[in-house]
Amino acid sequence: MSLRADAPAPPAARIRRFSRAERWVHRATAVLMGVCVVTAAVLYIPQLAVMVGRRELVVRIHECAGIALPVPVLLGLASRAFRADLRFLNRFGPHDRVWLWAALSRDKRRSSRPAGKFNAGQKVYAAWIAGAVLVMLGTGLMMWFTHLAPLMWRTSATFVHDWLALTIGVVLAGHVGMALGDPEARRGLRTGTVSREWAEREHPLWRP
Amino acid sequence: MNPERSEERDGTPVGRRVFLGTLGLGALGVVAAPALQSGLEGFLGAVAGKDPTGLTGLLPNGGGFRYYSVAASVPRKDATDYRLTIDGLVDRPGTHTLAELRALPQTRLVKDVQCVTGWRVPGTPFEGVRLSHLLDMAGVRSTAKAIRFTCFDGTYTESLTLAQARRPDILVALRMQDKDISHDHGGPVRLYVAPMYFYKSAKWLSGITVTDRVEPGYWERLGYDVDAWVGRSNGRTDEPTS
Repeated sequence: MSLRADAPAPPAARIRRFSRAERWVHRATAVLMGVCVVTAAVLYIPQLAVMVGRRELVVRIHECAGIALPVPVLLGLASRAFRADLRFLNRFGPHDRVWLWAALSRDKRRSSRPAGKFNAGQKVYAAWIAGAVLVMLGTGLMMWFTHLAPLMWRTSATFVHDWLALTIGVVLAGHVGMALGDPEARRGLRTGTVSREWAEREHPLWRP
Repeated sequence: MNPERSEERDGTPVGRRVFLGTLGLGALGVVAAPALQSGLEGFLGAVAGKDPTGLTGLLPNGGGFRYYSVAASVPRKDATDYRLTIDGLVDRPGTHTLAELRALPQTRLVKDVQCVTGWRVPGTPFEGVRLSHLLDMAGVRSTAKAIRFTCFDGTYTESLTLAQARRPDILVALRMQDKDISHDHGGPVRLYVAPMYFYKSAKWLSGITVTDRVEPGYWERLGYDVDAWVGRSNGRTDEPTS
């Protein structure tokens, strides 16, 4: 019956992918990032700015969310599972090179996309977004507390903050878009477990 | 031990390199920003002039004005209910309607607009009544030192010294870009302080009060310079606009 085929695999066949702590780190980071993006849009897009006004309040919300953005990850460092996943994200093996070449040449065959717990794209994304968030934090602080740095730096910081914001917006849209296209990956972050079939298909080198 | 697993745990730390590289590029970007910015502004300015979609306007420093309002919502005023009040240390306090302002001698200036946050709009026409003319009509008393401007958004304020206010390039503007000033640009009447950063050019102008000392305006209480000459204040070195 088709109902059975569509239903998630029985619990026994499900594999633990993320601990509770890791799921909360992701959730909190996603919410804070969402607040940053929405308030940034209000500050930046004239039509939205006209609708909302209240510039000082929007700026304050944006600043608070931005300052808080690294906090969930820092708290997550207390979790052994989170630290282990950071190590997976950091370390690139020969299979990651294969994956990246396949991605660059638009080769979508499963066999040319070997991946451990995280594929090379996810690893690059994680490292880049972590660096980008810190650059946004640094330039944001320079725009906020102008007396901390020579005044001329404010313009330079604004320039980097604006263009990097645009870049992050595009990359983040890609991140969300790919998640929307993969319900089982989302289920992994929502419930902590994924089906064995999905794990073997998407992350063949992962040994949970 | 399984070879894939050891690969996963003990491969090259590329993630760390990407992370540190991103940080380094960010720092480099801040250092190189002045050069990058002028190049990009020139390029985007040229593109924006021929861009029918208006999408370049959404890019940072992509040319054109940006809308900043500090109030939650701003009432709309037109010729029927707009009033400009002039009071304080003057002999003849009073109000002007929009029609009365339009009947006064008009001055048209075409200069660049420079915002303190970096964007610049070249060659923008503003037209209106010289502030000095309105002050002369009201009769400024000898004890007066400064002007305080208030706005019908209920929040924004600005200030000028009396000497600054008497400059011929400071207007109570009724027209911008050769059109009546729209609501979003601060219409029907806004201040236009040509030689200073654009935050001095208060939108939705509704009151001119002559005072005996400078009372810093909205952004100035939040850290911006009171004497906001373009290129000589706020730590910036832009080309002067007037």
